[in-house]
This record gives sequence, C-alpha cells and structure tokens, in this order.
Amino acid sequence: MTQYDIVVIGGGPAGLAAAVEAREQGAKSILVIERDRELGGILQQCIHNGFGLRVFNEELTGPEYAERFIDELEAMAIEYLLDTMVLEITQDRQIIISNSEKGIQIINAKSIVLAMGCRERTRGALAIPGYRPAGVFNAGTAQRYINVEGYMVGKRVVILGSGDIGLIMARRMTLEGAQVLAVAEIMPFSGGLTRNIVQCLDDYNIPLMLSHTITAIKGKDRVEGVVIQKVDQKMQPIPGTEIEYKCDTILLSVGLIPENELSRKAGIAIDPVTNGPVVNSNMETTIPGIFACGNVVHVHDLVDFVTEESRHAGNAAAKYVMDESRSNHKGTVIRTKAEEGVGYIVPQQIDMDSIDGKVALFMRVRNVYHNASLSVKLGGVEIKRVKHRHLAPGEMVRVDIDKQLIKETQAEMTVSVVLEEGRV
Amino acid sequence: MTKEMVCIVCPMGCRLTVTSADDTGTLNVIGNQCKRGEAYAIEEMTNPTRMLPTTMIIRGSLLKRLPVRTEKPIPKELIFEAMKKIDDVVVEAPIKRGDVVISNLLGTGVNVIASRSMKHI
Ligand SMILES: Cc1cc2nc3c(=O)[nH]c(=O)nc-3n(C[C@H](O)[C@H](O)[C@H](O)COP(=O)(O)OP(=O)(O)OC[C@H]3O[C@@H](n4cnc5c(N)ncnc54)[C@H](O)[C@@H]3O)c2cc1C
Ligand code: SF4
Repeated sequence: MTQYDIVVIGGGPAGLAAAVEAREQGAKSILVIERDRELGGILQQCIHNGFGLRVFNEELTGPEYAERFIDELEAMAIEYLLDTMVLEITQDRQIIISNSEKGIQIINAKSIVLAMGCRERTRGALAIPGYRPAGVFNAGTAQRYINVEGYMVGKRVVILGSGDIGLIMARRMTLEGAQVLAVAEIMPFSGGLTRNIVQCLDDYNIPLMLSHTITAIKGKDRVEGVVIQKVDQKMQPIPGTEIEYKCDTILLSVGLIPENELSRKAGIAIDPVTNGPVVNSNMETTIPGIFACGNVVHVHDLVDFVTEESRHAGNAAAKYVMDESRSNHKGTVIRTKAEEGVGYIVPQQIDMDSIDGKVALFMRVRNVYHNASLSVKLGGVEIKRVKHRHLAPGEMVRVDIDKQLIKETQAEMTVSVVLEEGRV
Repeated sequence: MTKEMVCIVCPMGCRLTVTSADDTGTLNVIGNQCKRGEAYAIEEMTNPTRMLPTTMIIRGSLLKRLPVRTEKPIPKELIFEAMKKIDDVVVEAPIKRGDVVISNLLGTGVNVIASRSMKHI
C-alpha cells in the first residue's frame, strides 16, 4: 500500500494552491489526484480574462492563471496523477482510486485535502416541460466544447440564467458567429458581475430579461424554439406574457453545486446551505485530518479567493501532519451563524487554538443593498461593523476579525446586514 | 446626444448619463459617484477598447484549440474583424505561454499571445 503525508483530491486551482503551500510549509510527500487529462480544473476552459487581479495584480485568463500554479507544482517536484478518479475516501484516511493503467489502488494518507470543485445544476433539477430534444446544454459544458474541443454548439441561442457562466457564454457564442437572442433570468436581479453584464451583453445588444423564465421548449429531435414568460413576485409565470423565440440551442446557467459525493460517503458533515463540508477556521472538516477548500466548500466567483482559502487549507494540512495534536475539535470552538440579510458564513466554526492573528469570514448576502453595513456580534454584542457602499449576492464578501476581539466564550458569532437607517 | 451606461470601474455600478453638447461636442457626465466614473464614461465615448480572448487552431498537440488573447485591449469596433483574422491563422505545437502568435494585429500595434503552453505530441 502506498503512503503519503498529504493527498490532495482535485487538480484545479484549489488543489494546486493547497499542494504548493503544504510543500512550502515543509510537507514532504504530497500527491495530487486529478480525474481529467490535465491539471488546472475548470480554469482550462475559462479562456476569458478577469482572473488574478488580487493574487497577481494582473488580469489573466483562466489558462494563464492555472499554468502559473502548475509551473510552481512542477518546480517543487510535487507528484500528481492524471486520468485518475478517486472513488472513495474513508474516515481513517484511506483513498481508493481507479485509473485505466493500474486499475484500482488504495493509498494511505496522514492528511487529505478535498478540492473537487463543483458541477453544474442540470435541467433535471429544473422543471421545464416538453420533450428532451438535442440542443440543450449546460453553459459550462458548451464552454468546454467550444473552448477546449473546438466544436460549435449552435447558431441561434437562448440562455436561461444570468450567472457569470451564462453571461460569458453569451459573448463567446456571439464572437464565434452565433446569434444570442436573449438571456432570461427568473430573479429580479442578475447573479452575475456588473462588469460581465456590461461587457458580455450590453456590448453586443443582447437583452437581459429579468423576472423571466423559459416555460416551454419546442421541437422533438432538435430544439426549434422556446417560450419565455414573465414571472410574478412568487416566481409564477404570468399568463399572456408568452414570447416565442425560434432557436436551435438553449444554454442553462442555473447554478453550481459543490461536488461532495466523496465527502458524504466518508461521513463528513455537510452544511445544507452551502452544500459543502462544514469547516472550521483551519478549513478542517468534521473528520480530523481531512481538510477542504475551493468550490467544493462553497461556490466562489473569484479564483483569487479560492487561492487564498486553499493556501490556508494546505498550510493547516502540513501543520497537522507534523503535529496531529493540532487537530481541532478540541479547544474552544465558536460557531458562526448567518443572520438577517446574510445567506451563509464559511467557516462555520472558529477554532480558537488554531487562529494566529485573525480569522477571515467569507459570506454571501441575500439581496442587493446600497450603503449598508455588516455587523458582527459575539454573544449578541457587536464586535465589528464594516460599511459597504454596495453588497450583492453575486459578490462574495470577506470580513477579517482580529483574534483579540474574540473573547473566549461558548457564544455564537453572528453576522447580519444593517441598513444605514436601522435593521433590514 | 445622450447615452446611458453602467460604470464598471468598481462594484458600485453607478448608472451614468453622458450628454455631448451639440455645438462643441463637450461631454458631460452625470450619475457618477467619483472621478473615475467620469473618466470611464469619456473613454467609452471617445475610444472604447476591449481585451479579446479567444482560441485558434493548433496542430501537433493533444488539444485542437489553443487559447489566445490580445496582449492589450484593442479598439472595440475591431473585435469582429480581429476574430476573422485570428480564425485564419493556424499554429504548430510546441507553444509556450506568452508566445506571440500574431504580431501587430490589424495594424493596432497589439500582439496576440498564447494563454497557455502546449506540448508537441
Ligand atoms: C464558467 C466559469 C467562469 C468563471 N469566471 C471567473 C472569472 O472571470 N474570474 C475569476 O476570478 N473566477 C472565475 N470563475 C471561478 C473560478 O474559476 C472557480 O472558483 C475556481 O476554478 C474553483 O477552483 P476549484 O479548484 O475549487 O475547482 P475546479 O476548478 O472545478 O477543480 C476541481 C478539480 O477536481 C477534479 N475532481 C473532482 N472530483 C474528482 C475525483 N473524484 N477524483 C479526481 N479528481 C476530481 C475535477 O476534475 C477538477 O479538475 C469562473 C468559474 C466558472 C465555472
Ligand atoms: S462612478 Fe466611481 S463609485 Fe460609481 S461605479 Fe464608477 S468608479 Fe465606482
């Protein structure tokens, strides 16, 4: 049986940053396992620019960002396996893998870092009536076909969902000669970045239809058209608002879900809001020695945050390997709780023994707010308030809390949105 | 003439209205909450530019498409012409990230560079 200090599952930006940082902290035997034919994760298909403004102070494309980390990994001679799928992990940190070369193998690890990323919600998760004709794609799948494999997926396109992937694909398909007729978004606001709405839709006069959804797909073998309808405040289609578009392709950009089959099977606690593992301030899951970072924990919109969070996880994993007593679940633990206006907070637990200096809380708000503050309370007493001119669900927020502000207590730490005038 | 736009310099996303005086052509910006918004609006009205990331055909490598981008932003009105130009060029592996695959794209003085390395197979 093979034995490693640290095994990282997933070779995307999260896995790469965790491995590189663990090596910098002195961990010796590290293995990264990736099921795809190359490292880099989702970044290899995100050929657009907009990555790395925080980490490198430069605006890079996805492949450029990925290659910088792959180069570091190679320079440090960190081992990795490609075309290898992790089938199962166990509580005592055995990893069962499979590849066509060597079949099924078992690896033992002192510590595991989960970095499996996320997958797209599929049409099955949505209730659009009609046949299941060809021509309906997840936006990310279409992105891979076009940008990596070099196949064009259609000529006349309607996009459902205005998350960043949908917006980016609207521009990409337009540049490749397709006609993008509309982007329909069921919410009254877009979950995408303003910059993407301006540069991907407005630049090409593609209409963004807020509070609209697809209610029917026409065509039996191939998509021939869609019906788009306006929805009311309860998101129910309003009769009489139907508009029909003739199109051959529909892209679905309706959200991402962290990929946690492995975590669930191993018995790791999953947060029902983030759909990712419950983690503490060390990015350690509820099983000692198993850490998690990146999109597998919660969906990130900026890869730079993925890198920061994953370095933190890699650092903690390396320290754990050197001294297992560093595992949490021991000293004082403070739970974090999202209150009014806040959707979730990662980490869900702050482990007082393991934080040096400060702890970073990542969160998403539930609505669009202008001139509001985030109020952090410990046991009901405000310990920090941060003003924001603009808060939106599409933009993850980070709040740093100094350790000395956190009096050791059994109390909960809560975060809520407070409008200038008073409570939300 | 009046034009509406959203400022994308920071996440505030201020809604800007730009009016150009009919006689002098002087631009007047309202709706911005800071100076940077005014500069953005004037740039968008007088010389809008965009980065162009896309892919091109590559031979002799594992993958058939090489992701590329313009080294700097190019004038917005040249985007579709630039796409055509990039489609006409085929490169051969091996390629290193940052290699110039088209120099002086459409006379703009801007090069097109490879976004990643690809080995020869
Ligand atoms: C379409 C799109 C556009 C984006 N645009 C931007 C942008 O403009 N700017 C920005 O900063 N960020 C952007 N992001 C966000 C950023 O790319 C992601 O947050 C980041 O890639 C997440 O990294 P990750 O390593 O957690 O996940 P991933 O990149 O998804 O990597 C996970 C890896 O794990 C592997 N894996 C999963 N399960 C297993 C298993 N069982 N065994 C072995 N391997 C496994 C997968 O194959 C994959 O390679 C975008 C994301 C998407 C999807
Ligand atoms: S005008 Fe200023 S505050 Fe408003 S979006 Fe632009 S940069 Fe931000």
